[in-house]
Amino acid sequence: MMGQITPLAGYLLVAALVFSIGLAGALTRRNAILVLIGIELMLNAANLNLIAFWRYGPHPELLTGMIFAIFSIAVAAAEAAVGLGLVIQIHRHARTTDLDAINRMKG
Amino acid sequence: MSLIFYLIAALTVAGGLAAVLLKNTVHCALALTVAFAGLALLFLNLDAQFAGFAQILVYIGAVAILVVFAILLTKGSETPQGGVFSRTWLVGLTAAAAVFAVLGWAVIASAPLLPKAATPATAATSAMVVTPAPAVPPAPAVTVEQIGRALAGRYVLPLEIVAVLLTAALIGAVIVAMHEKEEAK
Amino acid sequence: MQEAISFTPQLTASPIAEILWLIPALPVAAAAVTALLGRSRRRISATLAIGALSFSLLLSLAAFAHVASGWAHGAAVRETVNFTWMQVGTQFGAGKVDLGWVLDPLSAVMLLMVSFVSLLIFIYSIGYMAHDGNFTRFFCFLSLFAGAMLGVVAANSLLLLFICWELVGFTSYLLIGFWYERPAAAAAAKKAFLTTRVGDVFFLLGMVWLFAQTGTLLFYNHGAGAIEPPALAGLLAAPAALGLTAAGAIGLLIFAGAAGKSGQFPLHVWLPDAMEGPTPVSALIHAATMVAAGVFLIARVYPLMSAGAPLMSAGAHLTAAGAHLLVTGAPLLSTGVLTQAGTLAAGTTAALTVVTWVGAFTAVFAALIAVAQNDIKRILAYSTISQLGYMMAGLGMGGVAVGLFHLITHAFFKALLFMGAGSVIHGCHGEQDVRRMGGLRSDMPLTFLTYAIGMLALCGFPLLFSGFWSKDGILEAARHWSVAKTPFYMLVFGALLTAFYMTRQVAYVFFGHWRGSKSAQESPAVMTVPLGILAFFAMALGLIGTPAWPWFRAFLDGRAAGFTWRGFMEPGLLTLMAASTVVVFLGLGLGWSLYGGQAPTPDEPDILEKAVPWAWAGLRGRLYVDEFYGVTVVAFYRWWARVADWLDRWLWGGAVAGVARSFGLWARLSRFLDTNVVDGSFDKGCEELSVGGGLLARAQTGRVQTYLRILALAVVALAAILIWSSRS
Repeated sequence: MMGQITPLAGYLLVAALVFSIGLAGALTRRNAILVLIGIELMLNAANLNLIAFWRYGPHPELLTGMIFAIFSIAVAAAEAAVGLGLVIQIHRHARTTDLDAINRMKG
Repeated sequence: MSLIFYLIAALTVAGGLAAVLLKNTVHCALALTVAFAGLALLFLNLDAQFAGFAQILVYIGAVAILVVFAILLTKGSETPQGGVFSRTWLVGLTAAAAVFAVLGWAVIASAPLLPKAATPATAATSAMVVTPAPAVPPAPAVTVEQIGRALAGRYVLPLEIVAVLLTAALIGAVIVAMHEKEEAK
Repeated sequence: MQEAISFTPQLTASPIAEILWLIPALPVAAAAVTALLGRSRRRISATLAIGALSFSLLLSLAAFAHVASGWAHGAAVRETVNFTWMQVGTQFGAGKVDLGWVLDPLSAVMLLMVSFVSLLIFIYSIGYMAHDGNFTRFFCFLSLFAGAMLGVVAANSLLLLFICWELVGFTSYLLIGFWYERPAAAAAAKKAFLTTRVGDVFFLLGMVWLFAQTGTLLFYNHGAGAIEPPALAGLLAAPAALGLTAAGAIGLLIFAGAAGKSGQFPLHVWLPDAMEGPTPVSALIHAATMVAAGVFLIARVYPLMSAGAPLMSAGAHLTAAGAHLLVTGAPLLSTGVLTQAGTLAAGTTAALTVVTWVGAFTAVFAALIAVAQNDIKRILAYSTISQLGYMMAGLGMGGVAVGLFHLITHAFFKALLFMGAGSVIHGCHGEQDVRRMGGLRSDMPLTFLTYAIGMLALCGFPLLFSGFWSKDGILEAARHWSVAKTPFYMLVFGALLTAFYMTRQVAYVFFGHWRGSKSAQESPAVMTVPLGILAFFAMALGLIGTPAWPWFRAFLDGRAAGFTWRGFMEPGLLTLMAASTVVVFLGLGLGWSLYGGQAPTPDEPDILEKAVPWAWAGLRGRLYVDEFYGVTVVAFYRWWARVADWLDRWLWGGAVAGVARSFGLWARLSRFLDTNVVDGSFDKGCEELSVGGGLLARAQTGRVQTYLRILALAVVALAAILIWSSRS
């Protein structure tokens, strides 16, 4: 039931691929910064979905998806700033950014 | 689907793969900018110029630089002993693969519902499908003015909330990364 | 005015117009390459700069030839190449900002002049800066400056012009402050930058207003440009404050920018201080290019400045003839030569009246100050301000051709004078005080000869020298001005002063006996040869603008130029020439009788100082404009800064402290409630929970990635369930 790959499906597949790559990076790398890089990739993949749905959706003139993506970019910027600040603080605190070595996230 | 889409998509995926696979962390950050640029090109390809340029400005201009700064500040470019991947990386990879399987399945399973490209060849195949798919709308001409009006009109509340969020993130990032005297002892 | 009609729009640009952008781009590229070179690559940097500018000069020549040949065949050339820079939303819907460049007589003449004079200055700089350690940097800045200035000239968009204009301002800052280790040079650079910025703010306002009114910033765009008749009609219909039309108000705002760059009163204060830069810079900035940019700007937007002027009978005649031509498409030149008086008699507007008064006042004001200066370059600086006043007044009263002709001739003879002064300073080992010179006539014969030519051209010595013809053009226009006769008398008085202070300077420097310490020596050929070339043009250039053969004016206006002795037979023209000759000789004679042969030594008071000490003190102190700004503008900002500081410290700081204290009180109250009321009951429940939590905590490894993985797998499971259930 593959059929023809439509433009929207193409963009969605690319987004899914990038999302999964980012997730794989976030789940497997030991360096906390690389985990953040993976998360950034995932966010970007989500943005691609938003833009693609906006472009091929029924009412592109309403700009909803585009505006959503722009807000998402803004929020992601905030996330990156705080996240990297946390990484630096963790590094200062634990002298490492190796997540395997950091096991204090428990009650 | 045009050739240019495949080229950009390949670039993006290759950049993403390199960003999570390379050994040297700085190389990872550079590959990340490639992936970001590829995504920006995809945005442009989708007629979302503003989002594309915002992507370039925010991600390549700010986030990537921030990542490089963080790497340098944490001396993270040195390869740690025991490899760059977690000891239990296989579990993580399995989880990621499972997510991809679900996402890909969802996309392909819903393919008949998606709008078709408006070429005659696809139009012929779409006749076979029971539910008639909506045609691809023409590219909307979006000016910066329209986006500005939307932001200052319909979306003014989210805009203000994002402004507060950014301020909070700014202060929060400073406080989190600030050197605390108690800990220095 | 008549120009707007006589130029037939050309739909396709010629090859030379297509590559006109190369003229400014080449020097900029040379500057970019030079910036990457090391400090020791002196030869390469000079070669690059001069080579690039030579190519620009060749291209300018080709462009000029193209315009001139089109003109000779009866077709006035105005070719534009425009492109869209960006799309914006405006009140007219989706608009766009266009940039472009234009090839017309105005830009062709200016391109030729700027690139030629700049090239001579570049060559001269090799000799002048030979011993400077930052030779490479100097040529980098020079090239950038020349490129920016050529960009100003070639621009067909007010925005592009403004960009290049600001680049000129920025590079002039770099060049004036080239010897930044001297505090005076650094201060002068800052002063030049900030003072011109004051004018530029008004310029920017005018530009924004123009864009808001017309939706375009292009000058010419096949009838749709901002200074073409349809847009001007709209601007004239839109009222602004104080009885001005939008056209007049925008014109005045743009003039404020031009006044800043061209050192018009009251924004002239930066120009004399800018003499702290190396002398080639003074020649480049203060003679040929930067200060001319303001005059050029007014000439470029002249249709805007003169929009709505009631035309006199001859002008109205022309308009009718031009309109007829526009319909039939017949070449304009067949209507025959228009009399000179016809052009001069064109009416005036509020904007042009302001330009005239400011120009005439500046001309006299600066000439007065120049009388009492002792620094050789500072005298020339005030002379430049005065001459710029002449140009502005010429533009205001006589139109583009009158003002621009003086600009071109002045560029040559003032560059000559500055470079001659540089040669004198070079020969006197850095001495700049004219009282410590003297008798250089025999030590530096070549410099003396060329300097004397420049000086006579500046004074307007009759017939032989270019300054005479261009200055007489302005005086002739002033004589016919319909608003008032005062500017005419002011400008005549200015001419007298000019002859006087230049005679004083030359008598100090070149006559009498040597009053300095080390003896002077002639400069090398690389410096004197450009002087000679400039001296030739300082004399010969006048011949293209005599009343008998008004070639320059006709070229700019797109009319045919015929040679006829009857040009001199205008009523009153010969009388005026005779009067101006008398004035010049009066100034020369007065100066020589006071200073000739017995110039005082540095310790003695000046001859004028002995005669009228009070007036001398005022002039010596440059009429205290700087001091006035010191006690008004600067003092105001200092006071304002102190007020802001006080407000920050006490008002805002106090408010913040008050808020902090009230929150502190609230926090103390809340802590009291927490510890005694809430916690008592809460602690019990928590203990129960923590026992249960302890059991669950075993599942927690404390590793963040474990949590993430579980999260991902859970999402997959949820999605799978969801999709599975929706399928059936």
